[in-house]
Amino acid sequence: MNPRVAVIQFPGSNDDRDALWALKALGAEATLVWHAESELPARTGAVVLPGGFSYGDYLRCGAIARFAPVMDAVTRFAAEGGFVLGICNGFQILCEAGLLPGVLRPNASLSFICRDVALRVERSDTPFTSRCEPGQRLVIPIKHHDGAWFAPSELHAELESRGKILLRYEDNPNGAVGAVAAVTNEAGNVMGLMPHPEHAVDPLLGSGDGALILASLLDGVRERSASVALA
Amino acid sequence: MRATVLVRPKEGILDPQGQAVEQSLRKLGFDVAHARVGRVVDVEVDASSTDEARQRVDEMCRQLLANPLIESYEVEVHE
Repeated sequence: MNPRVAVIQFPGSNDDRDALWALKALGAEATLVWHAESELPARTGAVVLPGGFSYGDYLRCGAIARFAPVMDAVTRFAAEGGFVLGICNGFQILCEAGLLPGVLRPNASLSFICRDVALRVERSDTPFTSRCEPGQRLVIPIKHHDGAWFAPSELHAELESRGKILLRYEDNPNGAVGAVAAVTNEAGNVMGLMPHPEHAVDPLLGSGDGALILASLLDGVRERSASVALA
Repeated sequence: MRATVLVRPKEGILDPQGQAVEQSLRKLGFDVAHARVGRVVDVEVDASSTDEARQRVDEMCRQLLANPLIESYEVEVHE
């Protein structure tokens, strides 16, 4: 059975259809789920919070979206071990919702940055990077104004020592603490990243490296549903 | 009761917006330093005393109006 992935659509999301397309191209049964829904579709194996400007990014990026009705369902899903991937605005939402550590601040340059960046894979023993090699170099585009990940130094040091940083920028484009591009939660089933893997799934568009992230996630869903079925 | 919340980037936290404003003020010939940009939130709150109002607005700040990782806040309650 193909992994079912729910792509959440907030008012102001704008990468929802790209994420849907990329996931389908990689073999997922992907569906859009409106923010006002109170439940995720049956058999949902993973949730993707896409990029965009949810609720106009009022107050702070992601600060309002965490109150969307569907976020209660996403929080329950994550608490039960379900895989949740937040891309760009999705990463900001997960941080504001307390599902991921830290916060995304305006880029140090105050410029909107839209270009391919090189990333280093810090770990490959995770559901989001299993198709990569540790130390592998990925090229995936970023496009954001508020993408500088920040955590106070003690929290950052703790996350580093516990291996919670999964991707790092080669040349820190936005001033993120520790050049962090992707971080995972304590349980390892939630990840947020600023680069857009859904925009890099075909070499024809510059890079296919983003497919490694999304395909890792789909592998993770398949493995998890197989182990749940055995249990 | 009316309350005003001042949200600021915490001391030591990079504030590129403040830096941009500072540079612009200097270009206009103003001799300024350490410009920081925050935000103001005015709210009407239903409370029987200023203490109660302050407590309620403080809770709002912790839950939504400020992100404690990067922002500090001050609450002013108007009689």
